[in-house]
Amino acid sequence: MIRPGKALKMVLEYIFKKPATINYPHDKAAMPPKFRGKLSFDASKCVGCKMCMKDCPSGAITIKKVGEKSFQAEMDLAKCIYCAQCVDSCFKKALSISQEFELAQIDRKKLVVLLDNSNAESDKK
Amino acid sequence: MHDPHAGDVKVPVGPQHPALKEPESFLLTLRGEKITSVNIRLGYNHRGIEKACEERTYIQSMYIIERVCGICSHSHSTAFVQAVEEIAGLEIPKRAKHIRTLIAELERIHSHLLWLGVAGHEIGFDTLLMYTWRDREIVMDLLNAISGNRVNYGINTIGGVRRDISKVDYARILKDVDSLEERTKYYIELAKEEVTLHKRLSGVGMLSKENAIKYSAVGPTARASNVNYDVRKHDPYASYGELDFEVMLSDKCDVYGRTLVRVGELMEAYKMIRQLVKSMPEGDITVKAPRKIPAGEAISRYEAPRGEDVHYVRSNGTDKPERVKIRPPTLANLQAVSHMLEDRYLADMPIVIAAIDPCFSCTDRMISIDHGARKGAKTVDWDYLRAYGIEHYKKSGIDMDKLNRKFESRMSKVC
Amino acid sequence: MLTDLFHIAIFPGFLFLVISGFIAETIDRKMYARLQNRMGPPWFQPVADFLKLIGKEELYPCEADVPVVRLMPIVALTCVVTAFLYIPLSGVKALYSFEGDIIVIIYLLTIPTISYFLGGWYSRSVYSMLGAVRAIIQLFAYEVPLFLAILAPTILANTWSLSRMAEFYSQHPLLCCFNIIGFMISIISLMGKLEKTPFDIPEAETEIVAGSFTEYSGRMLALFKVSINVETIVGAALVAAVFLPFGFNSGWIIGSVSFVLKILFIIFLMTLIRTIVARLRIDQMIDLCWRFFAPFALLQVLINLLAKEFLSI
Repeated sequence: MIRPGKALKMVLEYIFKKPATINYPHDKAAMPPKFRGKLSFDASKCVGCKMCMKDCPSGAITIKKVGEKSFQAEMDLAKCIYCAQCVDSCFKKALSISQEFELAQIDRKKLVVLLDNSNAESDKK
Repeated sequence: MHDPHAGDVKVPVGPQHPALKEPESFLLTLRGEKITSVNIRLGYNHRGIEKACEERTYIQSMYIIERVCGICSHSHSTAFVQAVEEIAGLEIPKRAKHIRTLIAELERIHSHLLWLGVAGHEIGFDTLLMYTWRDREIVMDLLNAISGNRVNYGINTIGGVRRDISKVDYARILKDVDSLEERTKYYIELAKEEVTLHKRLSGVGMLSKENAIKYSAVGPTARASNVNYDVRKHDPYASYGELDFEVMLSDKCDVYGRTLVRVGELMEAYKMIRQLVKSMPEGDITVKAPRKIPAGEAISRYEAPRGEDVHYVRSNGTDKPERVKIRPPTLANLQAVSHMLEDRYLADMPIVIAAIDPCFSCTDRMISIDHGARKGAKTVDWDYLRAYGIEHYKKSGIDMDKLNRKFESRMSKVC
Repeated sequence: MLTDLFHIAIFPGFLFLVISGFIAETIDRKMYARLQNRMGPPWFQPVADFLKLIGKEELYPCEADVPVVRLMPIVALTCVVTAFLYIPLSGVKALYSFEGDIIVIIYLLTIPTISYFLGGWYSRSVYSMLGAVRAIIQLFAYEVPLFLAILAPTILANTWSLSRMAEFYSQHPLLCCFNIIGFMISIISLMGKLEKTPFDIPEAETEIVAGSFTEYSGRMLALFKVSINVETIVGAALVAAVFLPFGFNSGWIIGSVSFVLKILFIIFLMTLIRTIVARLRIDQMIDLCWRFFAPFALLQVLINLLAKEFLSI
């Protein structure tokens, strides 16, 4: 039977229910463990093969040699598309993903960062 | 003599307009409130993706192709990867096919729920928008837990899939599908009984079956005009050959019919997901794929939520594709829009455009239509074009060699 | 003289109306959000919008007739504030009253619609001209049911002064049961006047950007928004005074509380209707108003005429 106001009953029920939205940024939502956020880099495992640089679709990661058998990873967070292909390409498992995604900056130069081992979880397959 | 076109007003809908979620130009000619003609112009979202793929390896191109569109990202990614696997002659494991199909159906659910919300918003029914997008969060969080991102899942790789699904995920998938099914049944009831929805959606955007075939409509737009064609049923790919589902048709030929088709596809998707979870085979999730794909070409088709998506890939034995061409579904459906809008009211314009589920990010690729009238026209490749450009600018005094050397030195740092 | 100035400028005049307009908008938006299962904007959002808009630059198209366009928000705001002076609030007597003031109130509430039309027409942009024409077409649709519904109870009360009518009904409270159809028709027609869904056709965001208000910016847009909020309060107070004459005789505390409750109830009804229906097309709206609402309003007039005859008041 076609009538107006079919949604009335459902709409009135929601006066008494908790809202489905959260008051971000005061309350934050947690990301699941497999979420692809910012990368973290374990310098002790890197051998400098540069496979990650070869497979990166946007050329975001750069591996620099800073000493004998010691490398640094410099990442341009603006170019990274957070696909985690470099994580799969690295056969030494030196790269892994963290759940950090609040990476916005006002100054573009601050987005070129050196990756560190802040999130020591290895990536979960 | 009284000029019959004196009272005509040209209203530009787009490129920026609140009715369109993405830029596209529809120039409407109005007389009073009636639309007399529509002039469509495309190309505002062209990003050069097909060219970008030619300078990147297959693995890199896969991620670029995935970002053609945010809502149907898995469609483009899977279609491309299927074409490459066909050229390379790879046989991917069954478990990988099932996982691809599972993600595909979950993507269809999230896309159709998004469409329901957008359709509600275009006719002024914001409550439907808020409710459907809240339910869509269930699917997005599920995809986030399985694949690592809410859109642009990145689950494909050449030779299979990158991530596996665990038993914990199965339980969550089934629970979420149950709650979504209950909500979808409410939306079906709402669509059938709410009188203002009927008034705004019925009789609007009529497209008869002959016109649907003539204007090459695909997907739910065509299925609502009783054209029985679904790539999943008539040319099965991935695991669709083993699943039991129906193709949703409607003979109403208007926007209301398209609503019913999409909501019906939602219910079929829930059925399919349950079958997939129950019959998931054990095994590997990927086979080793070569970096250099042998020479060849392939076409692969995929039933995206919006219709039939066609990818063409040509390889020449190196690790970079030679040519990638995408024919997205919205491009096929757009021809029908100007026909559907003629002689209707201005107030119908948002919902008619929204009814084909436009995704203009997918649409804007290069097309050239050759009427055969131009003499001396030939098809050139990128090297010829580049040399021609360098010559042309040398004649006007601009030397591209220095620029090229700088570009080459920067590229060599990366590769 | 000084008390008159106080009444007109502060209470229950300009300042009181502007502040209660903001409160009405807060309640409307917060309730709309809660009915849709989300949190909604913070309670100070309308004030924040107003302050932001005042601080912005005003830009008009070169072909627009700028003096007329800038005058229209002031005209709209003036008329709705003036209309409020004749409506009884907590007691039976309004601030100023004379025989025939109910007609003046309704005419004063029509002038803002004409100002939306003129403002949109003289902005000379395609979207605003379309919105302006739609506003006038919509006026033809809801005006007749609104007039008939508001004026029907005056038949029983034998007077055209709103204060005397409120006094009559508060002495015979059971007689307002005859006016139920008129109450429902006037709520829906009031939604047409205030351009709320399903009648927000002149301002349809997805079709004509913002209708008449497309080319407005800065202070004049802020004044237009304030005048819409004040029109909500004034319309709700009018409907409350005509159809819900309770609590007028019991002193000013109970009178004020009942006034606030009545306004809240009417705003609640309007928000509820706004949430559960979609927008209509202009031709469907004219169809609906002339085929359903006008006959029901005429029926209401007939009921009142018969009641007057047989109850011999």
